[in-house]
Amino acid sequence: MNKKCDVLIIGAGGAGLTAALNAKQSGANVIVLTKEYPTRSQTCMAQGGINAALGNAGEDSVEDHIANTLKSAHGQADEEAIKFMCEQAPKAIEWLDSIGVCFSRTEQATIAQRALGGASAPRACYAQDYTGLKILHTIYDRCLEADIEIQNEKYLLEILKDDKDTVCGAKVLDIRSGQVEIYEANAVILASGGYSRIYDKNSTNSSASTGDGIATALRAGAELIDMEFVQFHPTGLKNSSILISESARGEGGYIINSKGERFTKELAPRDVLSRAIDAEIKRGESVFLDIRHLGEKLINEGLPQERKLAKLYENVDPVHELMPIRPVAHYTMGGIKVNRQSETSLKGLFACGECANHRVHGANRLGGNSLLEIVVFGKEAGLNTALYAKENVRETAINADTSSVIDEIKEYENVLDFYAKREHLGDLFYKNVGIVRTKEELKEALDEVLAIKANISKLGVSDTSKKYNTNLVEFIEFKNSLDICEAVVESAIKREVSCGAHYIAE
Amino acid sequence: MKISIQKDEGLIEYETTLEDATLLEVLSDIKHNSDNSLCFSSGCRSSVCGSCSMRVNEVEVLACAYKVQDGDKIEPLKNVEVIRDLVVDMDKAYSFNIKAKAWLSQISSGISLDGEDSKTNAVQSDCILCGSCYSACPVYAVNEEFIGPFSLTRVWKYVSDKRENNEEQKLTDVQTNGIWDCTLCGNCTVVCPQNISSKADIEMLRMKSAQYGLMDPSFGSFDGGFGFDGSPSF
Repeated sequence: MNKKCDVLIIGAGGAGLTAALNAKQSGANVIVLTKEYPTRSQTCMAQGGINAALGNAGEDSVEDHIANTLKSAHGQADEEAIKFMCEQAPKAIEWLDSIGVCFSRTEQATIAQRALGGASAPRACYAQDYTGLKILHTIYDRCLEADIEIQNEKYLLEILKDDKDTVCGAKVLDIRSGQVEIYEANAVILASGGYSRIYDKNSTNSSASTGDGIATALRAGAELIDMEFVQFHPTGLKNSSILISESARGEGGYIINSKGERFTKELAPRDVLSRAIDAEIKRGESVFLDIRHLGEKLINEGLPQERKLAKLYENVDPVHELMPIRPVAHYTMGGIKVNRQSETSLKGLFACGECANHRVHGANRLGGNSLLEIVVFGKEAGLNTALYAKENVRETAINADTSSVIDEIKEYENVLDFYAKREHLGDLFYKNVGIVRTKEELKEALDEVLAIKANISKLGVSDTSKKYNTNLVEFIEFKNSLDICEAVVESAIKREVSCGAHYIAE
Repeated sequence: MKISIQKDEGLIEYETTLEDATLLEVLSDIKHNSDNSLCFSSGCRSSVCGSCSMRVNEVEVLACAYKVQDGDKIEPLKNVEVIRDLVVDMDKAYSFNIKAKAWLSQISSGISLDGEDSKTNAVQSDCILCGSCYSACPVYAVNEEFIGPFSLTRVWKYVSDKRENNEEQKLTDVQTNGIWDCTLCGNCTVVCPQNISSKADIEMLRMKSAQYGLMDPSFGSFDGGFGFDGSPSF
């Protein structure tokens, strides 16, 4: 029996859950599917903060927030969308406060704010360095209160369309049982996250950020836009790519080389700073983040995660020692093309969060704007989709079978190891489609992607279990990544002039 | 270095050449290079997603925050259904957040909190729902309806918050199979990767309950007023 609902949401991070709450409040019957569990999504990793021009820590205005965001976007953004997001920001914070998010506070009983790169004022509201975690968990609690049906460990295989080319549901793998299931809906929202893990271990992201939703939408015929814009975070730990939050620099941390020299402006936008660090590393230097001068008290209170992670992964205590760093893939600005109503180019398909491109970040996202985007546009997507679902009720049952890519994969030879290929491709993309790009290197990366795709049947899975087969799921994720890689590098080749995070060497 | 892992088919020994590595790095290395069928959950690698909780030498850890030692024995969490190898079904544990109504009773507005207020539940709101506390809890081991550590911490998070305007109802919801069933053994506190003490939070919930006249139902024999909840009274 197919499962039915008005609005089907794929992805249960901050964007998906905010959309679910708003769709449900509009009267829609909602089901949320996630390939993990809601609180394990990428949103929990956001540390630095969420931007809103509240002016709690210094003079600020919505106009300045708009201007800073526009400037960082390098002309690649939709000014109206940015204006909307920045205007909604104070209301978004008010809502988060009203549902119980444990923000850090000032002595004056207001929400504390700190400076992040590219911002003209301390604008990021935060909860120590657990901002995303605390926002996500509180929104999740709200979804439980609203009795929203969330189904865990369901992996998206296909977006289903009817004979009029209208999206009407999804085909998913129940990871636990190995069964393929059909979900029917009047409308579908993708909130499935970004694709930073195409860079494999050269990324701060969760291993789940494989761009599944975007790849699946692309196969269903949805348009993607600006896929070449990938943000490299300046301060990933050198060996593990674990993120050290921008708040470390916001609080006054220095970027230095092995001679102890500060060679760049620490609070420059991320693309500029990443290039400066990359150039220094390519000159043979080692680069470090230095927060020793901030003192143990401030580090423990404001940056507790950073201290823990630096000790664990690099064996350094940032209270007394330097943290070795390098820029790594962190956020993907590109994604599924959507309009202001979060509608994709496919009728009945909506998108929000990192998988969507609402064109508010353009060629380079500002720190603190991604959490803002998921709350503001998560809400918009939820409201608009519920409205659409009400006006477009499906009467007839869809006629889809449970055949899928899994049947095809079973026939693959599996004579080459895909984990090795995945790592190889990640390293190649970091080098060739990374912080600084050349035409030749981009072409080389494209050839490699196409070669792997042409020989995909040589790869495959060795685990034949139906039950909880992570070998299979990881292989499908890799297949999705290949489609994303192709889109990213093709997009990068087309843009011949440097722009924001897409930087072509002279 | 050798470690053994509890898989569905039995305890299997693996060799690893990685040194000074986290357990998650070692598990990934084994999966990619020697046993593609090994199943475990993971996500962020930085101890915030709560996916990779498991037991090493019978103690709950996050695989991403534990450095492997020679001879370690790796097992799935306890008191929970194992789906495959080290992967467990968290649905039941998560459902206690619904049973305990672990949310703000009502959306609040215009309540301002200062720096001190924000410290009251900063630690409680660090919870990542990894489930280590349910695995280590001897009460949950014998009473599968016990609301359990992370859900009770979550309730205290909201009760202790100035924005909660119906403390009494929140407390009433955790009287049965809740705060009075805990033995205060402190196992949950020992294993919590986020340094949360559910035990201490449960004690706070008890004190607060007493202020509202909500008392341990296993104490004294009132005539009526309290329903027998099925839990043993010692």
